[in-house]
Amino acid sequence: MSDNNKNELVIIGAGPGGYRAAYMAADLGLNVTVIDPEINPGGVCLYRGCIPTKALLHLAKIMKDATTAGEMGINFSDPDIDIEKVRAWKSDVVKKLTGGLGQLIKSRKINYIQGIARFIEPGKISVETKESGEKKISYKNIIIAAGAKPLSVPGIDLSNPLVMNSSDSLELNDMPDNLLIVGGGYIGLEMATIYNAFNIEVSIVELTDDFMPGMDKDLIAAYKKEGEKIFKDIFLKSKVTKIENSGKQLKVEFEDKNKKKFSNKYDKVLVAVGQKPNSDNLGLENTSVELDEKGFIKVNEKQQTSEKGIYAIGDVAGPPLLAHKAGYEGKIAAEVIAGKKSVNDAKAIPAVIYTEPEIATCGLSEKEAKEKNIEYKKVKFPWSASGRAVAMNAKNGFTKILIDPENERILGAGIVGKNAGDMIAELVLAIEMAATADDVALTVHPHPTLSETIMEAAEIFYGHPGHIHARKKI
Amino acid sequence: MIPLKTINFNHMKKEIKIPDIAENVESGIIGKVLVSKGEKIKVDQSVVEVETDKATTDIPSPYEGIVDEIKVDEGDEVKVNQVIMIIETEEEEDEEQKETEEKGNEEEEIKKKEESGAREIEAKEKEEKKPAPPKQEKEKDMSDIPASPSVRRLARELDIDLTKVTGSGPGDRITAEDVKNYAQKPEREEKEAEVIKTPELPDFSQWGPTSREKMTNIRKITSRNVSQSWQNIPHVTQFDEADITNLENFRKQHKEKIEKWGGKLTVTAILLKISAFALQKFPRFNASLDMNNQEIIYKHYYNIGIAVDTQQGLIVPVVQNVNSKSLKELAVEVHELAQRTRDKKISPDELQGGNFTVSNLGGIGGTSFAPVILPPQVAILGVARSVYKQVYSDGEFRKKLMLPLSVSYDHRIIDGADGARFLRWICDVIEDPYSILF
Repeated sequence: MSDNNKNELVIIGAGPGGYRAAYMAADLGLNVTVIDPEINPGGVCLYRGCIPTKALLHLAKIMKDATTAGEMGINFSDPDIDIEKVRAWKSDVVKKLTGGLGQLIKSRKINYIQGIARFIEPGKISVETKESGEKKISYKNIIIAAGAKPLSVPGIDLSNPLVMNSSDSLELNDMPDNLLIVGGGYIGLEMATIYNAFNIEVSIVELTDDFMPGMDKDLIAAYKKEGEKIFKDIFLKSKVTKIENSGKQLKVEFEDKNKKKFSNKYDKVLVAVGQKPNSDNLGLENTSVELDEKGFIKVNEKQQTSEKGIYAIGDVAGPPLLAHKAGYEGKIAAEVIAGKKSVNDAKAIPAVIYTEPEIATCGLSEKEAKEKNIEYKKVKFPWSASGRAVAMNAKNGFTKILIDPENERILGAGIVGKNAGDMIAELVLAIEMAATADDVALTVHPHPTLSETIMEAAEIFYGHPGHIHARKKI
Repeated sequence: MIPLKTINFNHMKKEIKIPDIAENVESGIIGKVLVSKGEKIKVDQSVVEVETDKATTDIPSPYEGIVDEIKVDEGDEVKVNQVIMIIETEEEEDEEQKETEEKGNEEEEIKKKEESGAREIEAKEKEEKKPAPPKQEKEKDMSDIPASPSVRRLARELDIDLTKVTGSGPGDRITAEDVKNYAQKPEREEKEAEVIKTPELPDFSQWGPTSREKMTNIRKITSRNVSQSWQNIPHVTQFDEADITNLENFRKQHKEKIEKWGGKLTVTAILLKISAFALQKFPRFNASLDMNNQEIIYKHYYNIGIAVDTQQGLIVPVVQNVNSKSLKELAVEVHELAQRTRDKKISPDELQGGNFTVSNLGGIGGTSFAPVILPPQVAILGVARSVYKQVYSDGEFRKKLMLPLSVSYDHRIIDGADGARFLRWICDVIEDPYSILF
């Protein structure tokens, strides 16, 4: 046990928020120490989230494209899947990326400690390390970037080996013949896409009336046109009340909206009902840091908590629980600690669901606009009128933009279709820059690309899109 | 859209800014820093001394706490609203919590109202033909500020509240230039005024030795004000002469009595009193022009400034409510005010609120001069040196003490005939005080 000198900046957690904060702070000349249980930075995103799912979704996409190529006259025989090799490739992707991040830690001379941190008193934490036991560290400033973990639901025992959470499901161990996914959010839908690609029969149960609660209905409807084909059963407005072993399978009891009970058998169950912040095992009771009723750490626009010198970013500091939001907040916190006048004033945080087809949104949604009584004009360009989309056999998508009718500024957007996630950034920039629909309509977009649909949607606002006939501007 | 979170915590530091010290005063110079870092200070304790427009003022702290950072040094030029000090407050927590609680309650109430009376409100709005539904405007909600992230950052660095900046771009977008322009407004005007006065100076040293001296704050402000006045106000100066032989006898007769009261019976004091009567008789000389609204503002009080020659330059303290003060009171007050002005002991509010000015250069000399109006006033009385003259009256030449007077007036509001009448009325009253009874 040793008490080091006061560290200028300590960061708990090396996920996308933590490592981004560490790099920024080091580049601004601060002396930085990062503590994380993994050997390299990356956090859930790289080890058990964004990156491995995207590796597997890429394979799913290849297989889906091969299957649908038949419609266009190219026929492939059924794929021969070597699951061992898939798993190895996925692990290799993760290793490469996390190793790269580790290199960046070294080249910036950041002190990286593999261990688990806990506050013991204001200004001091203890770190449980693998090699050298417990270590006490004093800090001047500290950023909590401890992330979140999968939530469970009553009646489901996550310790049952046949019941998986999202991290377990990415291991691809003991692939079942059929799978029930509990939760129709983005994790559930993405995992469904992956498992379906590996020829596993997938069913899904969701408590609310539709997939992706909170999202605009037209986006979900467009997704479902293709996306719901992957499911054997979809149980909406229903919940799982009990799961018990039944031979080698699981017997799952459901209850629908009319309180009607029914049951089915599945090889495995994946629980993806949400995330909860990792704020419970940090020893925050030894500080004056305040939590909200859901356990998220309360922060102000400078990412400061209620105790001086303690900052919080990313999932642990509140929704949306997205890696890019954590990274942005990490940069802000590092700048504030370095004495810069930075605040978290992002106007739009994009969200992408990497299903087939993809769904991407940013800024204001129609649902939010109606709730908050914000006036907007909606313009929607169907991909069936996009040359590129039709040539890619992706005509089911659309690009939607919400515009302020008074000052013509872009307020929000939603895109469904191939590569929607890569397209949304243009609209995020438009919102941040306070661009008007005219700015987007007058920007030359390359032809033929899917990005043209953004320009054409903006043109609809003025009544003159090139590739559909629109009524005059209201 | 994500509105800015506005949670405040007890360790939030408070800024002390230069307050609005006086009318037309945009900047000053730090004379003295009266506290040091780490010092515990009380509410209203003076933290710095600022040499503003024409006087020295103490800036009080609005907070109790510990001085965390002093951002200025003695001799620094500071602007209104500039942050000069950071105070770490101690009792903040309670206040802040109260604030957030109150806000919470308000929000709840709004929600309740909305739920219960949503339809009523809707119906009302339709009646009133409001084009847009009421956008809930929270304090500090920056989510609807039309500026790019880099412009928002620039504004923070320059301590500019973006809600006060008008955007010049499409959809009212605020550009980096808008922010810079807003930041430089007072300076820019100053620079423009200077540029107009001295375009392209030659290198004087080619003809002989030169030296340079920084303009004092008072010089800068005076130069800006007079050139603004000269450029904006169409000046006309009316000249006249008053026979002050009798006035001078009166003055000498009562001189000693006034001195006993601690005053000085000067021509200026007497002219001040007469001017107040003249302003009542000719209300336009006591008015101001509101060109934006195309209106004339008449003032129903009679505050008159007196131009005082000091070592630092011209300073104009104001005598309040001249009409309700006796000559004795005025003689005492003018004497005392002039003395304090020369001693730099005048407070900024004593330099404000004048409607008219008297400038007496008679002590120095001159046959007459055309004074420059001090905006937003519309007229100024100039007094030169009195001389004995042979004046032909009642069939013979008589020796009379004649006082040259002039009035410069704003021709936009005062016609030439009224200018002549005004000055003649003053001369008549000087020569025959009984005429005031008409």
